[in-house]
Amino acid sequence: MANKIPRVPVREQDPKVRATNFEEVCYGYNVEEAQLEATRCLHCKNPRCVAACPVSVKIPNFIAQVAAGNFAAAAAVIAEDSSLPAICGRVCPQETQCEGSCILGVKGEPVAIGKLERFVADWSRENGGVKPEVAPANGHKIAVIGSGPAGLACASDLAKLGYEVTIFEALHRPGGVLEYGIPEFRLPKDKVVAAEIESVKALGVKIETNVIAGRTVTIDSLLDEEGFAAVFVGSGAGLPKFMGIPGENFNGVFSANEFLTRNNLMKAYRDDYMTPIHAGKKVVVVGGGNVAMDAARTALRLGAETTIVYRRTETELPARREEVHHAKEEGIQFAMLTNPVEIIGDEKGWVKAVKCIRMELGEPDESGRRSPVAVPGSEFEIETETVIMSLGTSPNPLIARTTAGLETNRRGCLVADENGATTRPGVFAGGDAVTGAATVILAMGAGRKAAAAIHEYVQNR
Amino acid sequence: MLTPTICRMKVHAPRLAAAALPGQFLIVRATENGERIPLTISDYDKESGTVTIVTQQIGASSSEIISFEAGESFADVVGPLGIPSDFTEMTEDELKGKRYIFIAGGVGTAPVYPQVKWLHDRGVAVDVIVGAKTKDLVIYKEEVEAVCDNLYLCTDDGSAGFKGLVTAMLEKLVTEDGKKYDQAVAIGPMIMMKFATLTCKKLELPVIVSLNTLMVDGTGMCGACRVTVAGKTRFACVEGPEFNGYDVDFDEAMRRQGMYKTEEVEANENHKCRIGRGK
Repeated sequence: MANKIPRVPVREQDPKVRATNFEEVCYGYNVEEAQLEATRCLHCKNPRCVAACPVSVKIPNFIAQVAAGNFAAAAAVIAEDSSLPAICGRVCPQETQCEGSCILGVKGEPVAIGKLERFVADWSRENGGVKPEVAPANGHKIAVIGSGPAGLACASDLAKLGYEVTIFEALHRPGGVLEYGIPEFRLPKDKVVAAEIESVKALGVKIETNVIAGRTVTIDSLLDEEGFAAVFVGSGAGLPKFMGIPGENFNGVFSANEFLTRNNLMKAYRDDYMTPIHAGKKVVVVGGGNVAMDAARTALRLGAETTIVYRRTETELPARREEVHHAKEEGIQFAMLTNPVEIIGDEKGWVKAVKCIRMELGEPDESGRRSPVAVPGSEFEIETETVIMSLGTSPNPLIARTTAGLETNRRGCLVADENGATTRPGVFAGGDAVTGAATVILAMGAGRKAAAAIHEYVQNR
Repeated sequence: MLTPTICRMKVHAPRLAAAALPGQFLIVRATENGERIPLTISDYDKESGTVTIVTQQIGASSSEIISFEAGESFADVVGPLGIPSDFTEMTEDELKGKRYIFIAGGVGTAPVYPQVKWLHDRGVAVDVIVGAKTKDLVIYKEEVEAVCDNLYLCTDDGSAGFKGLVTAMLEKLVTEDGKKYDQAVAIGPMIMMKFATLTCKKLELPVIVSLNTLMVDGTGMCGACRVTVAGKTRFACVEGPEFNGYDVDFDEAMRRQGMYKTEEVEANENHKCRIGRGK
């Protein structure tokens, strides 16, 4: 019988302290806490959590192993479906997926599936890890473009099936958005990201960094000259969007991508790294997604008084609730129903203020969300040294432009069917390159589906 | 070392060398904790798998790069980046009979070299104006001379060639010497490209410039390199680095280029600008 206790709370770094460092916010469960929380699972006959998981982790099975204290067995259950559990346990939007569909959540708090997954993955890593079964080499080579979540998930599944997989990564460190986008305080780079990438490499996957598909190599050269049987494109959604308002090119205006890349990939927050970063005393972040929260909380940790400006209300914030909650605890200010109309610079071309207009919610649009409407004459200025635009991204056109027969839709995303097959035979795609900016776990799900489709394609060729 | 502060090095990077074309650049990270620094490609050899880069000492990162001894390795080298020069896409017929004039300032002479060589190898007439502060700071003169029709050297102090600005030389060639060109290409410090563009406009000569903006990833991801071209924001790393000079907002580009300058580095950079202007 399930234990009818309240959800076991998770220990976190004190908000006042963590606002000044880049160490991980959440400490995670210890053995006792994890085992106790695991006893709350009802072990439903038709587990809705599994259906809600983009990679279909057998959640009740691993939780049963946790409750029994068999942590290695729990890790093995997760490893059947997820190659990056320590990452997913930390950054998945569980509240809209597994935990969002947990039956316990109807009347109370759902089982802390994410925190349990994280516990299992961390325990496993510290205790020797899981050695998943790898089929004997089948002699086929597969190229994967991009070492982000989509590419890593695709590569893992193919390697387990016996394929010789090479991942080509444009940057100097593998991980994609896990490395350049998500900050250290949410996802530790060496302890978690590098370790999970090592576990993918342990399956036999090769990773070549500093190779840009479409420039250093092309999809055609990989297929025709280098003997790859198929290519998976998981190149992410690269190009940052700007608002198109006056003053956006003043010094001190950054895309969230630039701000986060400088800080995360290039480690600008550390004195022993050479890349500079400019935050100043006051920072305004425009946008309401997870990336906006990450940028704001990074700016705060660099010592800036930080305000998030969003044109709808708090209810509509697309960021995970946990991120909004953490941001508020740390002292980030939220200016809702506010939209920038102009960035004002000083005589030297540096930002000195953002001119905003008040918004109100009007009629629902096609997406069902009430669309924000400007209140005439309500303009006001917010003084700031730095403005960070976090408005989403659009896919990098490089691969589509340099590969014949690869169609894109009007938003520039690669056209692919539900299994990842693009308009060009032998070329598969998934993740943000196909969907536009989305989540780590959706990209992983797409990578896994494409791996199955690639397997079928190669076997039937 | 080409001069006490300008260093040329060959880098072993076979995939990059095999794919490189004139007009493109690469990014290096000297050490594990270093910055990603964009540098133009000044030559490439597909057979030996090497690319040549030329670096001028400006700040900490460039000092780190030029301190390398032969045989040492960069932490990372990635490329080629950017769109190759327009003429690499042209057919022989399109190129036939065209006359190019290159305006090279300071270290900008290095990336001019592969472009001139490419055109020269295809029988296109190419003249080159090379500008530097003084004779000792002239680089790539012999190399460029070997692949162009005429080389016009300008120095600030008149220690070699014509005493004066590259723009004055360009104006002289066209208006006094009656030279006719179909296309100009200006590569050098931003300020030189700005004035070269103004001179070309006056002479009704189309001009391409190669923008050496700030960059982080160099693949379109960060937008640090954004420039206003014909009133629109463009990313120099993926939509450039070459643009129609007439359309570029140089004042904004220069301002953005200086975003991270400390005063010390600024002094160095100003020094470099004067080389380019040949004043």
